[in-house]
Amino acid sequence: MAIELKMPALSPTMEEGTLAKWLVKEGDTVKSGDILAEIETDKATMEFEAIDEGTIGQILVAEGTDNVKVGTVIATITGEGEEAAAPAPAPAAAPAKDVAPAEAGAAVASAPTPAVPASAGTTEKAAPAERASDPAIPEGTAMVRLTVREALRDAMAEEMRKDDRVFVMGEEVAEYQGAYKVTQGLLEEFGAQRVVDTPITEYGFAGLGAGAAMGGLRPIIEFMTFNFAMQAIDHIINSAAKTNYMSGGQMRCPIVFRGPNGAAARVGAQHSQNFAPWYASVPGLIVIAPYDAADAKGLLKAAIRTEDPVVFLENELLYGRSFDVPEVDDFVLPIGKARIMRQGSDVTIVSYSIGVGLALEAADQLAGEGIDAEVIDLRTIRPLDTATVLASLKKTNHLVIVEEGWPVCSIASELAMVAMEHGFDDLDAPVMRVCNEDVPLPYAHNLEKAALIDTPRVVAAVKAVRNRA
Amino acid sequence: MAKAPARTSPAPKKTASTPAAASNREQPRDPVPYDATPEELEKFYREMLLIRRFEEKAGQLYGLGLIGGFCHLYIGQEAVAVGLQSALDGDKDSVITGYRDHGHMLAYGIDPKVIMAELTGRQAGISKGKGGSMHMFSVEHKFYGGHGIVGAQVSLGTGLAFAHKYRGDGGVAMAYFGDGASNQGQVYESFNMAELWKLPIIFVIENNQYAMGTSVNRSSAEDQLYRRGESFRIPGMQVDGMDVLAVRGAAEAALEWVRAGKGPVLMELKTYRYRGHSMSDPAKYRSREEVQAVRDKSDSIEHLKKLMTDAGITEDKFKEIDKEIRAIVAESADFAESAPEPELHELYTDVLVEQY
Repeated sequence: MAIELKMPALSPTMEEGTLAKWLVKEGDTVKSGDILAEIETDKATMEFEAIDEGTIGQILVAEGTDNVKVGTVIATITGEGEEAAAPAPAPAAAPAKDVAPAEAGAAVASAPTPAVPASAGTTEKAAPAERASDPAIPEGTAMVRLTVREALRDAMAEEMRKDDRVFVMGEEVAEYQGAYKVTQGLLEEFGAQRVVDTPITEYGFAGLGAGAAMGGLRPIIEFMTFNFAMQAIDHIINSAAKTNYMSGGQMRCPIVFRGPNGAAARVGAQHSQNFAPWYASVPGLIVIAPYDAADAKGLLKAAIRTEDPVVFLENELLYGRSFDVPEVDDFVLPIGKARIMRQGSDVTIVSYSIGVGLALEAADQLAGEGIDAEVIDLRTIRPLDTATVLASLKKTNHLVIVEEGWPVCSIASELAMVAMEHGFDDLDAPVMRVCNEDVPLPYAHNLEKAALIDTPRVVAAVKAVRNRA
Repeated sequence: MAKAPARTSPAPKKTASTPAAASNREQPRDPVPYDATPEELEKFYREMLLIRRFEEKAGQLYGLGLIGGFCHLYIGQEAVAVGLQSALDGDKDSVITGYRDHGHMLAYGIDPKVIMAELTGRQAGISKGKGGSMHMFSVEHKFYGGHGIVGAQVSLGTGLAFAHKYRGDGGVAMAYFGDGASNQGQVYESFNMAELWKLPIIFVIENNQYAMGTSVNRSSAEDQLYRRGESFRIPGMQVDGMDVLAVRGAAEAALEWVRAGKGPVLMELKTYRYRGHSMSDPAKYRSREEVQAVRDKSDSIEHLKKLMTDAGITEDKFKEIDKEIRAIVAESADFAESAPEPELHELYTDVLVEQY
């Protein structure tokens, strides 16, 4: 029978891709290892190889098609002596082994799943109706739709044009164009002196960057992910964060350490951790964790400019999401200011990074049930904008914190303490937190989903504090 | 724990030059002892004596409870900082070191009063009393610390070199570290990048034979530390760190190489610390006789004094210098004892540079 070729998942976070080019046509004979097509993922253009021998039956998705969901049947192969046949109506009918996707590269090979391999907290619903506009952006500002990835790249490029002390350094930032494509195009514009590929040597280049900052430059140090920054955390804390204080204000370390943080998708315990509470506990550091593209851009530009060392925590699952970004010449946002994402009167939901999306979804659902939630995006984790949180608490008298991270010693537990110390009289119910389960992140799809926060948990927590459970 | 004498005492004076290169790659030229003028000899002598007397006084103030915490004295190693830093261009070169940092600051001409006041934790200290013995900096003098984490300054120094090259300012970074730090992983991460990118840096291992209480040959598979850069193609030099003219001569050869854009050099300075690792170190890991033997046979200041005596400097002149140095040190100690502690509001200043 005909073998179905399905759109392969070529990265841990890929949900859809572009079928850039077919390298075979109907009737061609192919054998295992032949390149069938080129597919653009959210990160790169990948080759799609044949696993089975046979003849290309039908090509079902034309080249140049965008947004082809992972798992879509894109062509069929007939075995020897078989007639080219139409694809089976239901993908589930095909035995799993016969539809193994192209293993286009060992590093990105991942098993096909019939459904979109979204883990908890990664699905994006249609944009909800009422969003508070950012007060930092004037009414009527023209907007451009950008992904978070593009916004980050634009922020770096703009600052590099403006200030020749700014350079980017890290693994695969230059010739590879960024492991997550965040530095795409920078090498071409700024050259190898300012876009520097390093060996795999986090401790070394974090220290080198800190030294360069002490010596008067403005380094942007990219960690491929913040999981690897644990090798370098000594320099982030002991060298960068403490220098200004230890020198009595004499020696500064203006540096940005940036990269993806938090759980990605199905990459297991060692590659899935939110370090925001770690860095946020350190005096002398600025810690920023944006949610949308405008904040990513405006705050990264501010981070590059400030005289203080900054840990800038991005989220891989957000890189590909698009948001409106103000189309202004020099869009810089203030560090240390939270943003009210949605006005509400019944409960305050505070979050940051990817959790903001869940909080907004939850608020929309709650609105349908008569609960009017205010959603605050912290944006900067250190210094915390406690004034905005407390003002909202004063209004709503209920507080829920949503954090994609472990519960113990978290930003959530810190905010609960802030509410105790400074907002106790405003609380009509105990503060609640919605955090990940207190376990290393498991690999299995169902277990990972169970470990991570999601919208239903936020909804349930809000109902609990409003006594509507 | 008895060790062969060759390993526990500094290299003999005559082997100040680099041993034969292991390959046919180009190497820095063989260093020759520096041919100092009488004025330079006196300058070296004054600087080394200042470090010695300053450190003796610091040890005394520690004993009186005026200096707290960790305090690592440089006594015995004076020729290293003085010999090397006298070869640098103070307008463009940069220096960074670990926690045994008083000597390097004094060798750079930084006011002993503000150093001593930092040791006593006073507002007038170079870090406003907030850094202490291990965390002192003078950006003005391009002295970048003063770092308390063993080996950190090697990566940071590589970053200073990166900045020199990035700006094309012609400066060279000098990163000091000890035989103990030479076993830290980040040192080799830094070696790799420094040579890969031909960064202008001189890595200086001050081999004082003991990493706290562990001797070099109890901790290092390759105990000839100047060879530690070989697998990164970094040329190494082994230098008698008790002879200021040998040190200065070697520094010139290293600087020629680095300033020519040929990448880093690794210098191993064989030296010895007379005091414990820190003030709280009873130094049970070596014998009194071992320390005394180095003092008697290899002391850097006595060696220089002999050279100067041979050149006609009289005992009266030495006495006069000694008196002047003692006066400077006494003044710095008086200043450090009488200067006020930081105001309490300083607790909250300098955490961040900007307001958010």
